[in-house]
Amino acid sequence: MALSQGTRSAIPVILFLLAGFAAPLMAVIWFSFMPPRSFSFAGTPTLENYATIFESTSYISFLWSLGLAVVTVVLLAAICYPVAYGLVRVFGKWATLLTLLFTIPLFVSENIRLYGWVLFLIKNGVLLGSLKSLFGLQLESMLFTVPAIVLGMVYVYLPFMLFPMTLGISMVPNETRDAAFDLGATRWQVFKEVELPLSMPGVVIGFLLTFVLAVGSIAEAKVLGGQSVIPITHDIEIAFTYSQNWPLGSALAVLLMLVVGTLVVLALRRFDLDTFLGRR
Amino acid sequence: METRGQRTRHALITVWTLAVIVFLYLPTICIALASLTASRYFQFPISKWGLDWWAKTFNSIEIRQLLSTSITIALCVTVIAVVIAFFGALAFARYDWKGRSVYQKLILLPIFFPQSVLGLALLLWFSTLGLPLSWKTAVFAHLVWIVPVVTLVISIQVYSFDPALEEAAFDLGATRWQVLREVTLPVLFPGLFSGALFAFLLSWGNFPLSLFTTGADTTVPEYLYAKMVAGYTPGVPVLGTVSTIGATILLIGGYGLILAMRRAKTQDETGRT
Repeated sequence: MALSQGTRSAIPVILFLLAGFAAPLMAVIWFSFMPPRSFSFAGTPTLENYATIFESTSYISFLWSLGLAVVTVVLLAAICYPVAYGLVRVFGKWATLLTLLFTIPLFVSENIRLYGWVLFLIKNGVLLGSLKSLFGLQLESMLFTVPAIVLGMVYVYLPFMLFPMTLGISMVPNETRDAAFDLGATRWQVFKEVELPLSMPGVVIGFLLTFVLAVGSIAEAKVLGGQSVIPITHDIEIAFTYSQNWPLGSALAVLLMLVVGTLVVLALRRFDLDTFLGRR
Repeated sequence: METRGQRTRHALITVWTLAVIVFLYLPTICIALASLTASRYFQFPISKWGLDWWAKTFNSIEIRQLLSTSITIALCVTVIAVVIAFFGALAFARYDWKGRSVYQKLILLPIFFPQSVLGLALLLWFSTLGLPLSWKTAVFAHLVWIVPVVTLVISIQVYSFDPALEEAAFDLGATRWQVLREVTLPVLFPGLFSGALFAFLLSWGNFPLSLFTTGADTTVPEYLYAKMVAGYTPGVPVLGTVSTIGATILLIGGYGLILAMRRAKTQDETGRT
């Protein structure tokens, strides 16, 4: 039987992702059942690593990671909605230029940009140094605290909320809004009953993307948090590198994948990508 | 008709957007300022300005080595990603086939996956296969994340592609290869170009995947990270600024090129009719 053209075009990507994505994940899952501190796949499968995790304090790292991600997503939603709305409805021909301005930082390595925040926030840095020389104010630096980590995450993941949201809002037909206004709806009613539900696909994608990225982030807590909080990704990295316990690191990674994966699958299941990307 | 309430609202949205842009560029400005200090330690307000650290950074052999590693990886990633993603995008958006909706979702999974965990998973995988870590394994690791992104970018262009063009060429007796070269590729070129731009820049700036997969070869983001954690040296802001300016020029240049192409195309069309 000859394969259809679509199938044939999909083959390179599928093969590549099988070798580069599915296989490594299988390896991680299998490794999580290996005896602690082993480096081969040949051991007898055991649940020891998971038992160790449930007895340890790893759940604190898990909670920090999830909590920080939730706070980041909520803040980003509030920050980005007006901007996305403006890009679609208010700025007109300026929207392209503004979009470009929002895109550029995406391509600069995130740890460089985070380091910029360190220079801004640090004692005698741009913020505190200016306050001191201009007003003689001496303030404590907020660097290496939890708010600094949140600031870093909001900063780094902003475009990932903004762009899907913009796409979502641009899917709301003008006629529907006008009709709602003509029928006497207030501004708030139009937002709640028309704009928000119709732009939901974009909003959901934005939430999902920023949440997943934030849960998996590692640099923010290190660079801006100065280890005041240990996220789960840091625990995983330590297990793999410093303590050389790959099976334990794998088990932690599997648990993180389960949380994130469930969420992504649940959200993507009720989703038609053709209408979202192709506007057909 | 704009009402007064609407005008205030629009003004508020504009002010807010500008504030967000300032927020986005604030750290970049701080880095640029820090790179222009002549002293060993950063202190604001800057007492002595100078370009000494720029000269020192550019004369360092180590830094040149870093830049060449980063560029090599990014170029390899770009070429391979665009080829794989081109076909991937055709399957994503052009053809109707049985497994399409599942395929569309599966291909998103690597994008929605924590990158640091992906990096570690690949590290484990490479060691299982017995592959020594080098810039080549890093290319592979980058591709796992970048191929799906580029596929999406190209797909957006493919959605607006009219299949009738290909069919017409076939009817006129063109071969498969001719159709690809004379019709499909030129029409999709803007999408392929932005896909390539994305691939290059995302690879250039990537840190979490490089961290676990480059082995002894070091990329610019990795080096910067190591220096940041180890202690301040003014080489960090210099290299950071270089990296930022490079990315900006590439992006604006590429964007300008796409606009120019689009304009040439519409002029061509209006000229003919």
